[in-house]
Amino acid sequence: MAPASALLLTRLMLQDFRSWPSLTVPFSGRIVLVTGPNGAGKTNLLEAISLLGPGRGLRGARTAELGRQVGGATGGVALPWAAAGRFRDPFGQEFDLGTGTPEDGPPERRILRLDGAPVRAQSLLAERVAAVWLTPQMDRLFQDGAGDRRRFLDRLVWALEPHHAREVAAYDQAMAQRNRLLAQERREGMRADAAWLAGLEDAMARHGAALAAARRGLVARLNALMAEGVTGAFPSARLTLQCPVAAALAEAPALAVEERLRADWAASRGRDAAAGATLIGPHRADLVFTHAPKDLPAALCSTGEQKALLVAVVLAHAGLIAAARGFAPLLLLDEVAAHLDATRREALFAALAELPAQAFLTGTDAGIFAPLRGLAEAFRASPGASPGQLVADMDFVVPDAL
Amino acid sequence: MATDPNPIEHLIGLLARLPGLGRRSARRAVLRMLMQPEQAMLPLAEALRAAAAAVQPCQICGNLDATNPCGICRDSQRDQGLICVVEGVSELWALERAHAHRGLYHVLGGTLSALGGIGPEDLAVQPLLARIEGAAEPVREVILALPATVDGATTAHYLTDRLRPTGAQVTRLAQGVPIGGALDVLDEGTLAAALKARRVV
Ligand SMILES: Nc1ncnc2c1ncn2[C@@H]1O[C@H](COP(=O)(O)OP(=O)(O)OP(=O)(O)O)[C@@H](O)[C@H]1O
Ligand SMILES: [Mg+2]
Ligand SMILES: [Zn+2]
Repeated sequence: MAPASALLLTRLMLQDFRSWPSLTVPFSGRIVLVTGPNGAGKTNLLEAISLLGPGRGLRGARTAELGRQVGGATGGVALPWAAAGRFRDPFGQEFDLGTGTPEDGPPERRILRLDGAPVRAQSLLAERVAAVWLTPQMDRLFQDGAGDRRRFLDRLVWALEPHHAREVAAYDQAMAQRNRLLAQERREGMRADAAWLAGLEDAMARHGAALAAARRGLVARLNALMAEGVTGAFPSARLTLQCPVAAALAEAPALAVEERLRADWAASRGRDAAAGATLIGPHRADLVFTHAPKDLPAALCSTGEQKALLVAVVLAHAGLIAAARGFAPLLLLDEVAAHLDATRREALFAALAELPAQAFLTGTDAGIFAPLRGLAEAFRASPGASPGQLVADMDFVVPDAL
Repeated sequence: MATDPNPIEHLIGLLARLPGLGRRSARRAVLRMLMQPEQAMLPLAEALRAAAAAVQPCQICGNLDATNPCGICRDSQRDQGLICVVEGVSELWALERAHAHRGLYHVLGGTLSALGGIGPEDLAVQPLLARIEGAAEPVREVILALPATVDGATTAHYLTDRLRPTGAQVTRLAQGVPIGGALDVLDEGTLAAALKARRVV
């Protein structure tokens, strides 16, 4: 990883965020462990941290879901909620970042405040904070359809190039309109306006080439970093972007690729109308993960091996963010150690100890983190009787404070 | 007319429906007016009545004005061979405020949107073509000052195609208009620069 230093979260405060009625917890470790039984609120805690930045956090949840539900499953209400973090940037400057529902606003609205002042543009946030995460939900990436892998890749691109989301949205919007016009043509038997279709295909070509180029660039940079061995002793992954548009960009200038896309779409209107969908384009791309040491595709790997592939990609991604921003992002690793055997776990812990990033790890069992004694700070979350408790785990004592 | 049982709430409700005015600011405005009905309220009511009676869309360009054709279309000092196509009157006014355009305008009344159900026949495309065909002085250039959104770009592409037979040169605003940017919120400097650096499409 680039010799950047870490962004550090030194305190987290929660108010009625999901299962947490209220919580204030200071962090002084570069590696922070949160352990506790199922339902103790560990993932909720990571989610709160992930919301202190651009985007919708690690569950991609709607704001209205995030307030603590009171009054039972039926007829319950969600309370207004807040999450606030105190950060220290690599220059030692502290800042506060808070988010939550506005005082008198609707529960679907979420506001962000940087040092008390409203944040108008998410792009400003990206300059100050960044987090990457790995959750158990992401294990499904290898079984699910290509769409989930594409969205995974787009989120990785977006974290580095905030305008990527707009390119994807613009492409999708133009394509949806093209599909609509072609469907109308088919249903009503009248020719769709060719100039209108050409206008939409032109928008698709411009945004499609741009987003394919961004995906291709990111995959190349991730592969370079993983080949360099950013993941240390941890088994490395290799990524392949399966997308004819991205492949064409390797051989021809972007303008020529756009031209060809326009021609291809213009020629396939009849077929696409019959199919009810646009059959070619970067919206059909797939991302293939390969276990580098074994040279096997992820689909043929074991559960633990698949987990290791994801860890490798996430660590490399953190490295790219560090190089681009000048600070290493927070690493939020939910239940990551559980599927790994002792050897891989230790390789992961060693890789984390090497990274300049602050890492938050969760697990149900503190025992698996034993190799991190002396390196990590640990907390135990307890549900039920005394809600909102996070107790320092004295088995882990941080050697020197941050 | 029956007297409104609650004229204050009625007024607040009407004002709050206007763009840029929430209930809160509508209430503030109404309170301020009610404290000086003679100076702040009756002149406003009179101005509203007068504007509603006099203002209409220009039969040539679609601008809103108290004369028809509008003041811009009647101004012989303006370059009659140059037409700037805008999405709405708000964009026309923004360009006028920037004093960036010396020619005429054409208000399209929206942009193409297959999802929004807005097709070419819902926009003032035919009037634009007819206007260029029948112009006393030939139209040399049509500037497409449409928003840099997917719908804006698609509409510009569409118009370029339809305008080709007229022989007029078609130009677009250059970069500098942020993607997704609405013209009427841009600062005047950016607008003027974008208009100056327009390019042939
Ligand atoms: N909006 C909400 N209001 C109240 N409680 C909520 C809300 N959303 C989630 N919860 C509860 O929060 C609890 C803790 O969830 P969380 O996913 O953080 O647990 P966890 O510690 O990660 O458990 P596991 O080990 O099973 O992953 C769950 O019991 C869940 O029902
Ligand atoms: Mg969990
Ligand atoms: Zn006019």
